Amino acid sequence: MSLLSVSDLQTHFKLPKGVLRAVDGVSLAVERGETVGLVGESGCGKSTLGRTLLRLEQPTAGRIEIDGEDISTLDQKALRPYRRRLQMVFQDPFASLNPRHTIGDILAAPLVVHGQGDAAERQRRVESLIDRVGLPRSALARYPHEFSGGQRQRIGIARALILQPELIVCDEPVSALDLSIQAQILNLLSAMKADFGLSYLFISHDLSVVQYFADRVLVMYLGRIVESADRRSLWALPRHPYTRALMDAVPDPARRRQSVPLTGDLPSPQNLPSGCRFHPRCPKATAVCAEREPVLREVALGHEVACHHPES
Amino acid sequence: MSNTPLLEVRDLTVRFPKLEPVRGLSFSVEAGETVAIVGESGSGKSLTALALMRLLPRTARIPGGQALFGGRDLLQLSDREMRRLRGREIAMIFQEPMTSLNPVRTVGWQIAEVLRQHEGLSAKAARARAIELLDVVRIPDPQRRVDDFPHHLSGGMRQRVMIAIAIACRPRLLIADEPTTALDVTIQAQVLDLLDRLRRELSMGVVLITHDLGIVAQWADRVVVMYAGREVEQALPGPLFAQPLHPYTQGLLAASPRLRPDHHYRDGPLTEIRGNIASAVGQAGCAFAPRCTLARASCRASVPPLLSAGADRLVACPVTVPEPGFVANVRAPGAAAGLASSHALHQDAHVAAVRL
Repeated sequence: MSLLSVSDLQTHFKLPKGVLRAVDGVSLAVERGETVGLVGESGCGKSTLGRTLLRLEQPTAGRIEIDGEDISTLDQKALRPYRRRLQMVFQDPFASLNPRHTIGDILAAPLVVHGQGDAAERQRRVESLIDRVGLPRSALARYPHEFSGGQRQRIGIARALILQPELIVCDEPVSALDLSIQAQILNLLSAMKADFGLSYLFISHDLSVVQYFADRVLVMYLGRIVESADRRSLWALPRHPYTRALMDAVPDPARRRQSVPLTGDLPSPQNLPSGCRFHPRCPKATAVCAEREPVLREVALGHEVACHHPES
Repeated sequence: MSNTPLLEVRDLTVRFPKLEPVRGLSFSVEAGETVAIVGESGSGKSLTALALMRLLPRTARIPGGQALFGGRDLLQLSDREMRRLRGREIAMIFQEPMTSLNPVRTVGWQIAEVLRQHEGLSAKAARARAIELLDVVRIPDPQRRVDDFPHHLSGGMRQRVMIAIAIACRPRLLIADEPTTALDVTIQAQVLDLLDRLRRELSMGVVLITHDLGIVAQWADRVVVMYAGREVEQALPGPLFAQPLHPYTQGLLAASPRLRPDHHYRDGPLTEIRGNIASAVGQAGCAFAPRCTLARASCRASVPPLLSAGADRLVACPVTVPEPGFVANVRAPGAAAGLASSHALHQDAHVAAVRL
């Protein structure tokens, strides 16, 4: 049984003018010990999907199963034990850390809320974790603004780990960081995964980072998964024209001054194109693409694509 | 054509009451050339752009240096002279177009304003030219878009409008400060492609300020690497990426997952640059020394000078480039796997096989 199994998940938002279909029928699974990369451009719904899995957004349809238990409709109280098992690391750790609490209080708070340990036990766990994420113990008495971006992300990771979760949703955890710091944080996430036996859903717009950090990759476009594959087979042969376009858009010195840019902008998720959502920008689109929405189907072992004309 | 570069910056320093975020920076830009200034936050790259545009905050001073542009020193011009130059001969685009565009004016009005100010066009002629410019920057349906307000447009479209404003008077120099950082990767490629086409068509010199090594490798003719306010390495992109010589450049390339696309977290960690840029504060010697695995005691004593390391190459590291013209074959641990020998590199100016 998968640690996390999601089927036909929808998160729609009612707006004054119509409905925003941020997540529009997504199915995915995360196995124990696995890192699943979720890649897509802004507005594709990847962050909303991550937040919905943690029930920070309310799904409008579909199932979210943890070890086979559906948590999509549980009330807050019933959710609590699952909250412990599912945590999140955000892009901007500063925005997610209370500026008026010390790091020690921030890290101990989840233990208090979940009634774990006495004060001494909590202190011990906080100290051992701050060591583990590479910050000095003196950090515990200080406030979030006293830390650099990279250090704050270490704090964000420590807070996500304090309850010893099984799955962490990482939402663009290194996007706001400089390259030299990005490597430090990726290495830390990787070490934590090994130490605590974690699984990650790793959300990013950066293909290179996903290529390094994911075992399996999901490509999302306008609320849907358009391709799903093992990392190796995805880069060996991207089947969806959108995946190919994303890869081709990554700056590459081997293509000096010859970019093959995809034309057009992302359509609004409030006003989705007919048929395949990608067809207005797709170089391979034909009449059928404007009429029928393609569904994900397996084209090679473990490699699924939602396209009427996949690469083969 | 004369031998004088379009822009020659010599020993530029920017000083605030308590710090000097740019120290002794020198580089030049030829007409039709893209020079990338690459660095992380705190490197001083954006303040360099603002200094050249004379748009620094009031508390900043420029105690030394020159920026020669067409025989005149930009740093010495009166505000009035600078205003005439700005927008007409030198233009700038910023990372976030929404904050530079006026939200209560149509994009057509904003493009036309530049043309009325600098070229004295009539309102009607300026509007017609604005529509042409929207077409030049490949905004679809320019006749209609000219009356749109900035909030009607996507991020990529807004950056195109900013570019249209910047090139309206056919400037000779364009300073682009992180022009695509806020954009999605597919849109980013479109905008960089557009900038490059305009560079070619207008023979514009471009100063491209970025933190993204991939962009540098694909689009720059020359690269200036900055760390904590100083230039640490200057090179052509081919040699720079094939064999970085400054330990900071080596560290950046080694830390970049893009450099080694086959490397996976299950195979082992990325090579880190330890510590962070805050350690540069108060260093008497090389600002990178506290993070450098190759640093010696002498590195902390005095600032290493930029020395020549072959044609078109300057490096400020006494460890990897100990004396003029001598290129040591030193690598940071784990840096740039599969480097060729230093001899082969200088012949192979545009090694294209390295992916970033």
